[in-house]
Amino acid sequence: MVYRPCGKNMQSSACLLHSVFNCLSLTAGPLGLAREILEKDAEPFFVLNSDVICSYPFKKMLELHHSHGKEGTIVVTKVEEPSKYGVVVYNPTSGQIDRFVEKPKIFVSNKINAGIYIFSPTVLKRIQVKFMSLEKEVFPFMAQDGQLFAFDLEGFWMDIGQPKDFLRGMALYLSHVRQTSPERLAEGDSFVGNVLVDPSAKIGQGCRIGPSVVIGPNVIIEDGVCLSSSTVLRGARICSHAWVQSSIIGWQSVVGKWVRMESVSVLGEDVIIQDELYVNGARILPHKNITVSSPDPQIIM
Amino acid sequence: MDLLKRQSSVFQLNGKLKAVILIGGPHVGTRFRPLSLELPQPLFPIAGSPWLQHHIEAIVKHPDVREILLIGFYNQSQQMSRFVDDMQRKYGIPIRYLQEYAPLGTAGGIYHFRDQILRGNPRAFFVFNSDVCCDFPVWEMAQFHSNVTGGNGYVILGTEANEQQALSYGCIVEEPSTHKVLHYVEKPETFVSNIINAGGYIFSPDIFQHLTRAFTANYENELIHDAARDSIDLHSSVLTPLAGNGDGGKLYVYKMNSGFWTQVKNAGHAIYANRLYLSLFKERHPEYLATNTPGGHEIYGAVRIHPSAQIDSSAVLGPNVYVGAGVVIGAGARVREAIVLDRAVIQEHSCVLHSIVGWDCVLGAWSRIEGYPSDLNPNDPVAKITSESLFNLDGRLNPSITILGQGVSVHSELIVLNTVVLPHKELTSSYKNQIIL
Repeated sequence: MVYRPCGKNMQSSACLLHSVFNCLSLTAGPLGLAREILEKDAEPFFVLNSDVICSYPFKKMLELHHSHGKEGTIVVTKVEEPSKYGVVVYNPTSGQIDRFVEKPKIFVSNKINAGIYIFSPTVLKRIQVKFMSLEKEVFPFMAQDGQLFAFDLEGFWMDIGQPKDFLRGMALYLSHVRQTSPERLAEGDSFVGNVLVDPSAKIGQGCRIGPSVVIGPNVIIEDGVCLSSSTVLRGARICSHAWVQSSIIGWQSVVGKWVRMESVSVLGEDVIIQDELYVNGARILPHKNITVSSPDPQIIM
Repeated sequence: MDLLKRQSSVFQLNGKLKAVILIGGPHVGTRFRPLSLELPQPLFPIAGSPWLQHHIEAIVKHPDVREILLIGFYNQSQQMSRFVDDMQRKYGIPIRYLQEYAPLGTAGGIYHFRDQILRGNPRAFFVFNSDVCCDFPVWEMAQFHSNVTGGNGYVILGTEANEQQALSYGCIVEEPSTHKVLHYVEKPETFVSNIINAGGYIFSPDIFQHLTRAFTANYENELIHDAARDSIDLHSSVLTPLAGNGDGGKLYVYKMNSGFWTQVKNAGHAIYANRLYLSLFKERHPEYLATNTPGGHEIYGAVRIHPSAQIDSSAVLGPNVYVGAGVVIGAGARVREAIVLDRAVIQEHSCVLHSIVGWDCVLGAWSRIEGYPSDLNPNDPVAKITSESLFNLDGRLNPSITILGQGVSVHSELIVLNTVVLPHKELTSSYKNQIIL
């Protein structure tokens, strides 16, 4: 996703650009496609990978980017096991990036590329419309030229490409909401911890919801449901007395009465789980009607 | 018939009938742990009545039966004598428990207590194994004994099984026109017959000549240890020799024409037996079964609830559930295919499926107690429940019902799946496919 602040202090409306790429073009290609729009003026633009979550400090990023005046700024975040990632080596005082090291065996840095960037349009001259990787074919040269700076992310960051990490990222994001705008979180006897409920969702009597639950638009939670560490997507229904933990309930899905779901069970769109079943760590593809329990983790196609 | 009438006639039962129920002993009950730790297996409630009561109820339907003798080697306990008293009062028939001095096998007890059985000169006597569960065709057996055997034969109750399952039982080859038993073999390795011994008999008193012969043979056999000499196996020492040999061919088979039959070898089979007897109640004792009432809890199928149980109006029960005395079932709880024993507490939103919840257990809110159903192949009308061992070849617990022993407490929101929990455990995390000692 490319996000372009219109106006110096991001107060005016921002433009969202969505470039549809016809083939797998990795990370740089889509930027080439959007060149015309991005080059309209000299204003910088944000580039975000959508499979990460953090507190998104856009304003501070923009300030830093303006202060160094170079082509690009990338957000870096601290990780516990840098040997699993590509790490970023940079000058701690100036923030200027020296080099990238892929999966270092010997410790060089514990900061990694967080997948969030701000670029000036001049960066586009380095990019062609083709299968091209920002990380491998663009950033190392920008660093060589002294055009790339690191922005040190404070607070949480999580790669949410996997369902398990998605749920952890969701919990981190909810505690961030608790700190920054607690009024968005649900309050009441039925709620425990950080719970985000869309105003159009309906919640029954005698439920216990939370901690770390997100309930989407038009969701129906019937009476006596126990829900924790889960996301319930738009239009889904959780029937009475069901117990759901660490699961993702897909759009329009139905979880039957007295169903127990746990251990990162994921329902695709429009899945029906019949009453009284046990679903443990199952990944269920869309439009399935599940009539028997799945006590061991499996993919149901 | 009231108690006095039957009792006054006990010494003049010339030509009447008696019944013997072989109830085994605690060594057999090990297969019924952890429930038999608290209660002798024959007294365990199935469909809300002590196991043996189903036998007794079937037996007393025949008005000629004047006495019931329970033979086994459970110690005389308060539980046992209270049960015997209750049954005598309820059914108006003399019932006595005769305790063997040692395990005497399937026929040793009958032989040992022969004087008790023959006292009053009954014309014949029934023998039932307590570990079978069926709608005992007592009338039909007695009639068969009089009409087909001429009143002086020995009759085995038979039932049909499929070819594979027949191998786990005593197999009977029948001469179809006379119903005489041509051949009898216990647990053959290869297929012999699909008629199996259903664990019920009616014998003329002269069966004792064959028991005496078996007993004498034991004493003449120097290979048999002294302590085991009084033990007689009905199958190998009596039935097999009687089948299809001389003796005028007095051994017959009466085949149950229909209806359920199962052997109950371990606690896992109890849920199945519970279902069978509850379905029998639909015809015989509809008054035992709960019905839906406006504003009351929801009932599906056959459910028997002790009058002292307290059940929230939003709970849903059944099919095939027994709820014992003093049980408390909370709001939005679900119980299906289960036996919930006295004083257990099932808190709100919990779900109990294919399980036995022991006396005084406490199940927390949103807990799930689940076993695997022991269902038979629905396309095989003569399928029988298989008595698998507890563990499979990999040493893992075979899928079976979940059993919570007495006084087990399960914390809220946990799942206990295919697990046997011994008494008085407090479970603070979920368990699957385990035995918790």
